[in-house]
Amino acid sequence: MDKFRMMFQFLQANQESFMNGICGIMALASAQMYSVFEFSCPCMPEYNYIYGIGLLIIPPIWFFLLGFVLNNNVSVLAEEWKRPIGKRHKDPTILRYMFSSIAQRSLIAPAVWVSVSLMDGKSFLCAFSINLDIEKFGNYSVMNGLTETDKLKLLARIPCEKLFEHQEIREAASRYIKCISQACGWMFLLMITLTAFLIRAIRPCFSQAAFLKTKYWSHYIDVERKMFDEACKDHAKSFAKVCIHQYFENISGEMQTLHHHRSTGKDDSDDREEDKRSDEEKLMGIRAQDDMNKVLWNWHTCKPPLALRKEQMEGENNGKLNGNAKGAANGLVNGHTHEVAKKEWAVYYSKV
Amino acid sequence: MDRLKLVLQYFQSNSESISNGICIILALVSVKLYTSFDFNCPCLPQYNKLYSLGVMIVPPIILFFLGVLVNRHTGVMMEEWMRPIGNRSKNPAVVKYLFSAMIQRALLAPMVWILVTLLDGKIFICAFSVSVDPALFSGLPNNTGLDVVKIMAKVPCKEDIIFRNSSFRKAVSRYVRCYSQAVGWSILLFLIVLGAMGRLIKPYFDDHATSLQTRYWSNYLDVEQKLFEETCVLHARDFARKCVVQFFEDMREDAVLRLPQPLFLRNSREEWEDKEEERLHGVSKQEQVDQLLNKWYHSKPELDVTRMAHRPRTCVTWEDREGRTLYSDV
Repeated sequence: MDKFRMMFQFLQANQESFMNGICGIMALASAQMYSVFEFSCPCMPEYNYIYGIGLLIIPPIWFFLLGFVLNNNVSVLAEEWKRPIGKRHKDPTILRYMFSSIAQRSLIAPAVWVSVSLMDGKSFLCAFSINLDIEKFGNYSVMNGLTETDKLKLLARIPCEKLFEHQEIREAASRYIKCISQACGWMFLLMITLTAFLIRAIRPCFSQAAFLKTKYWSHYIDVERKMFDEACKDHAKSFAKVCIHQYFENISGEMQTLHHHRSTGKDDSDDREEDKRSDEEKLMGIRAQDDMNKVLWNWHTCKPPLALRKEQMEGENNGKLNGNAKGAANGLVNGHTHEVAKKEWAVYYSKV
Repeated sequence: MDRLKLVLQYFQSNSESISNGICIILALVSVKLYTSFDFNCPCLPQYNKLYSLGVMIVPPIILFFLGVLVNRHTGVMMEEWMRPIGNRSKNPAVVKYLFSAMIQRALLAPMVWILVTLLDGKIFICAFSVSVDPALFSGLPNNTGLDVVKIMAKVPCKEDIIFRNSSFRKAVSRYVRCYSQAVGWSILLFLIVLGAMGRLIKPYFDDHATSLQTRYWSNYLDVEQKLFEETCVLHARDFARKCVVQFFEDMREDAVLRLPQPLFLRNSREEWEDKEEERLHGVSKQEQVDQLLNKWYHSKPELDVTRMAHRPRTCVTWEDREGRTLYSDV
């Protein structure tokens, strides 16, 4: 159970695995939709081709666009593409990588539809029955004495079982066209597999280092967006808490002056002080609507550079070395000082 | 750290078994694909052989490439083969081992397809019904006006009208299917004997110690790559968190209120910050990350972790009133 939970967490944490799951579901949905869909060829010379080929091409386009719609990374890509440069440069290889990974995932469901449709053969039969040469299937004298348009009309009725009287011609013709359709289907699958093989297996031969870089930064952009949303949520929560707290204080202050009551809630003020302090921390100094608006505005128009400041880290190190063993700070917090002499050295020891 | 250890154990114990599982799944997919594929013999003398041999050969090729694609070891092997030497020497035996393991696993699904088609017999019937001598069987329909070749070509099609009251078609089908199954079983027997002989004879030709080493290092490369990706993911997360916090604080400095951050605020955040710092490993700029990733590819580190395992730890010491030195783990 533990292992399952860990795997689940890892999958969820990893955006790519989640997208792979969605992609698999869409492929299954595409196959299921094909089997549920009732193919009904119009059996007329003018419309057969359009219907047959249209049904082979338009649903795949629809699935491709649906893949883009369902993919969360599309909005991340659009945002990264459109943002002003600010303090952070834009890297076109990252945009290309994100776009290609989205496109690859979206291409799977259309490929499933096309291959299932070609293996089934109905689209080809509908589209190409009028191009058949009946003589190939035997000495059938059905076509003798017919005009061109009548011949075409007769051939166009082949896909419809109930409209075509000569069953053996129909059988032979549909077998023939289905065989060609299946051959095209297998060739299509072979081409796709070879292309995928060339892209995936041969790619490490070229630009592997650049690939590592683009993969890292595209993942980073995604994670940063999530972190920002989390930080905003935390901030909003603390903002709201402090705002309400202040409101109640103001109100109670007014009421106290009105009714000349002495405040008796001094004993639990320590707890409230601590909560208030943690909320203050979370606010990170941003305490007004205009400031928050500015923060949100600047996040898009002027993204910060990808360089964490060293002095922030050094500042904390100084804080560490200035004698804080387990919270005994410079004596100011707890209200009393220590008698320990403040001579510090940094000593290194190693576990052997 | 705990979570990382659990993940490591999971991957370590199951790296090869994951590949085996995927390989078996692909074999099952191949069987399912065969049963759901609607085999449709054209029953025309010019196209029968072409179609049947196409159906017997093209899907195995597709399944082979698919097997190579879904195998994780392909990426590991290609990367190890193509990388610059850097600080780590290359061991060609490891690459060869990975290659042979990958090829063996990728060949399973195609073999399953070929065996299933042979044991089923439809494809053989479609391909070779024209080559059968009709004189061996009685009941050849001779009132249709078609020549013999065309009649033989129609044998795979059950519903055809010319075979309606005759047992000729069934007799020919049985005959060809019998050949097909014989070929299928012989191939299966041959493969099993080959595998058994290989297993028995291998210890005589192979140095067991070297093979243990190659197995260890190939597993190591796989785990190392996974861990590197995991570490990159965690690092990106921490980098992003710090970047966002820094951004908020920068904004604060622009605001009207310019109070310095009180010390107690900084101290109470320390533990969380400590862990974050550790995870960042000092890599905190875009150029540093780029350089790190570039170096990882161009110049992989040597296989020597003594420095890390016996890393000295910082601590703070001070003297109390009696002059004794006190240590504290920082």
